Amino acid sequence: MTYITKPTVHHPSLKKNALGLTRRDYEGAITTLCAGCGHDSITAAIIHAFWEMDIAPHKVAKLSGIGCSSKTPAYFLREAHGFNSVHGRMPAVATGANAANGDLIMIGVSGDGDSLSIGLGQLCHAIRRNVNMLYVLENNGVYGLTKGQFSASADPGTTSKKGEANTMEAIDGALLALTLGATFVARSFSGDKDQLVPIIQAGIAHRGFAFVDVISPCVTFNDHEGSTKSYAYTREHAVEVVHADFVPLREPIETTYAEGTVQRVTLHDGSVVKLRKVDKDYDATNRDAAYAAIRDHQRKGEVMTGLLYLSPDSKDVHDQNETVAGSLVSLPHDQLCPGNDALQKLQQQFR
Amino acid sequence: MSRTDTSDPNYYHKVVDCQWACPAHTNVPEYIRMIAQGRFDDAYILNRESNVFPGILGRTCDRPCEPACRRGRVDGKPVAICRLKRVAADHKDDITDRIPKAPAKKNGKKVALIGAGPSALTVANDLMPLGYQCTIFEKGPRPGGLMRINIPAFRLPEPVLDEEIGYIVNMGVEMKYDAPVTSLKSLVTTNEYDAVFVGSGAPKGKELDLPGRHDTDQIFIGIEWLESIHFGHIHEVGKRVLIIGVGNTAMDCCRSAKRLGATDVKVISRKTRKYFKASPWELEDAEEEQVEILENLSPVRFIIEGGTLTGMEFDKFTSQEVDGKLVQEPAGRITLPCDSVVLAIGQENAFPWIERDMGLEFDTKWDMPVVDKTTFMSTRPGVFFGGDAAFGPANIIWAVEHGHQAAISIDLFCHGQALSERPKATMALTSTKMGLHEWSYSNDYDPVQRQKMKHVNLPERFSKMTVEVEEGFTAEQTKHEVERCLNCDVQTHFTDSLCIECDACIDICPVDCLTIAPAAASESAQRQHLMAPAENLDQPLFESGPLKQTGRLMVKDENVCLHCGLCAERCPTYAWDMRKFVLELPYAGTAFIPLEAVGR
Repeated sequence: MTYITKPTVHHPSLKKNALGLTRRDYEGAITTLCAGCGHDSITAAIIHAFWEMDIAPHKVAKLSGIGCSSKTPAYFLREAHGFNSVHGRMPAVATGANAANGDLIMIGVSGDGDSLSIGLGQLCHAIRRNVNMLYVLENNGVYGLTKGQFSASADPGTTSKKGEANTMEAIDGALLALTLGATFVARSFSGDKDQLVPIIQAGIAHRGFAFVDVISPCVTFNDHEGSTKSYAYTREHAVEVVHADFVPLREPIETTYAEGTVQRVTLHDGSVVKLRKVDKDYDATNRDAAYAAIRDHQRKGEVMTGLLYLSPDSKDVHDQNETVAGSLVSLPHDQLCPGNDALQKLQQQFR
Repeated sequence: MSRTDTSDPNYYHKVVDCQWACPAHTNVPEYIRMIAQGRFDDAYILNRESNVFPGILGRTCDRPCEPACRRGRVDGKPVAICRLKRVAADHKDDITDRIPKAPAKKNGKKVALIGAGPSALTVANDLMPLGYQCTIFEKGPRPGGLMRINIPAFRLPEPVLDEEIGYIVNMGVEMKYDAPVTSLKSLVTTNEYDAVFVGSGAPKGKELDLPGRHDTDQIFIGIEWLESIHFGHIHEVGKRVLIIGVGNTAMDCCRSAKRLGATDVKVISRKTRKYFKASPWELEDAEEEQVEILENLSPVRFIIEGGTLTGMEFDKFTSQEVDGKLVQEPAGRITLPCDSVVLAIGQENAFPWIERDMGLEFDTKWDMPVVDKTTFMSTRPGVFFGGDAAFGPANIIWAVEHGHQAAISIDLFCHGQALSERPKATMALTSTKMGLHEWSYSNDYDPVQRQKMKHVNLPERFSKMTVEVEEGFTAEQTKHEVERCLNCDVQTHFTDSLCIECDACIDICPVDCLTIAPAAASESAQRQHLMAPAENLDQPLFESGPLKQTGRLMVKDENVCLHCGLCAERCPTYAWDMRKFVLELPYAGTAFIPLEAVGR
């Protein structure tokens, strides 16, 4: 952590977005994580993404559980709503919050412990329900807060700081999400903002559960030789198969790419994700192909990154349940609470 | 692009904008920190090493450091460096013990110095402790040169002058007062002196020969007039006074006129405000004293009626800026009534006492002695020039620096060494890291605004010539102003091989100074591909060598770096460190070390 607060002065040429806000207006408190933590870079990417999309901070709800990753919502969008839940229970709180107020843009930040160990069941059901939220899994392969034990995402063979090798199989968040029917699955790296920022933006615009697994090195306990989640290892083994360019609704779409290398997916709000494919044969809208490709790269010892799968016809939890349009808070009181007569009528239907 | 060479003292020196801009390269951030710690004696002595006259300069310096100050680019107003210097001078205890002393045993070399102004006094200050015997020939009765006779006492009180000049004179300089040198040739040819230094200033005010100039006794030459006021020869002036010219001397003249009883004082300028030679703060101080400054007027004639000056006629102009240049068109004439006129349109050198057949070359265009810009020696070996006498009118701080350089040359000359083999500036870099989050300097950015100097009220200051206008900073003001300094000498020092490209420094930097970028073809291309474009070309760009993991470069735009140390604090590998840069300046007596000897 750092003792002084970040000075509020900024570069004279710092740009403002459509709301008249600078990137600095999307910051939160100064980080208390270790110096060099990948999570801080993800925080910076989130700040940049929200700023560039002209999203008013008070229209956002930030949710998290417990862990290093779950501390990070304090470090961005200081004017957004926030809820720091019980360990692993963030998906349930997010589901409830989203049920009550679907107008809020939901971002959940979790870690490999919070999501893949204690909260695995919660995560699975949020994916199944297709809760409309961006879910960022800050994945460093260790339990940093308890001094670096292997987490559920630690690869077999990766070593601890002391040199012991992990013997158990890893849970791969992206594969898990694909099998559970996730409608948006991406993998990125905290050290590659060019890739990460547009993925976060596409995830925010996506209507449904946008799962983003971000390799985020733990500089204190998992950045050594022998680690498969270090800065150096990730840089060496990451293979970007498809690069997402996020095009907001208000910007014209220009075609400058060679035939067959770009796949366009129009999102629910009219914005477009352009998928620049490094591998020409890759189809990012084919769930089975995505699954196979991830497995294939894993076998070769590579970390496949990019926007791996995107369902063009995602139906979120509200669509599926045909809920009332708008948030509960915006409903007139007589609709929200129609009174005893309406209740009696409803109950009559079930007698 | 190649890696920035930070082992060259010039790179980090340039980052310390104030020190780089100061002709004498005073270590400003270090003395401001000392003031912050209440170490006024140390701050004074540190100042004195480079600028010799902290009390005098703390009141009168032209402050080239302040327009250069980084704080000005961050929040619009530079640190009040000059006024903090005065704080150190005003609040120090007796520091006599810490002034260098002349050794009892002399080195047998004698130096004659002509004029007891800032440049010659600096030469004596540097040479006396080395055992030289210095003799100063001063045409007036007291030392100080223009500092004493041209700068009015309401800006520079006499006790301050006496004290700081005393520190030098009391080293045992032989002072010859009322001793104008009338022949340089005879002084030199006596062979009594091993070297001669000419620091006689630019004592001649420029004349304005227009009709009527010599038909009245109410037209004065600025610097002569100020001198007469100083010596008590002039006690009054007309009620309506016109000052011709708009430099700093004009400001001293108009404000002196107010104190001599003038009620209507106008300063006349040919050009518009942007082109005024006076420092902005001197203009403000004059306007505060209800002096009117008129633009776009060019003198035509003095109007004399019955032997009495009644006014002046001027050509009027309209002005506009075309492509950054001032274009003036005639716009008729105007007559301004007045009782006295003071001409403050510049100064000239005058060397009627230097014989032109003594092997000391004068240039044909300006009739100025030919002086080497590095060594300050004339074409006659052993005769040196400095201050306004060398290259025409400048200011006190330049005169001091000339004095330092001339002293180095004189020392080399007297020891038979080549003047070109000058001792080099070196640097020391020391980490300021004290703990995980602690640094040995105040790294937290204080948003406090520049403190405003309090001035004595108008009736009181007009009552006497010697009432100092500026009251000096209060303790409270000093406390705030010292915290405005960004500590630019505490450098962000980068070690390429340690960087793991985690982006932590880039994410935390409040002013977007840092980028990890692929190497660009040129520096100008690199400047456009950064977190924020580096458009201030006066400010250097730091570029690392290729980084280990990706081969990209760490690039830093120095322009608005706050030196807050957050990059170093968030760096997990110590690749960034905050290191205090100390420039070791050479002075007379600093040994010349050939570069090969230190392995460079």
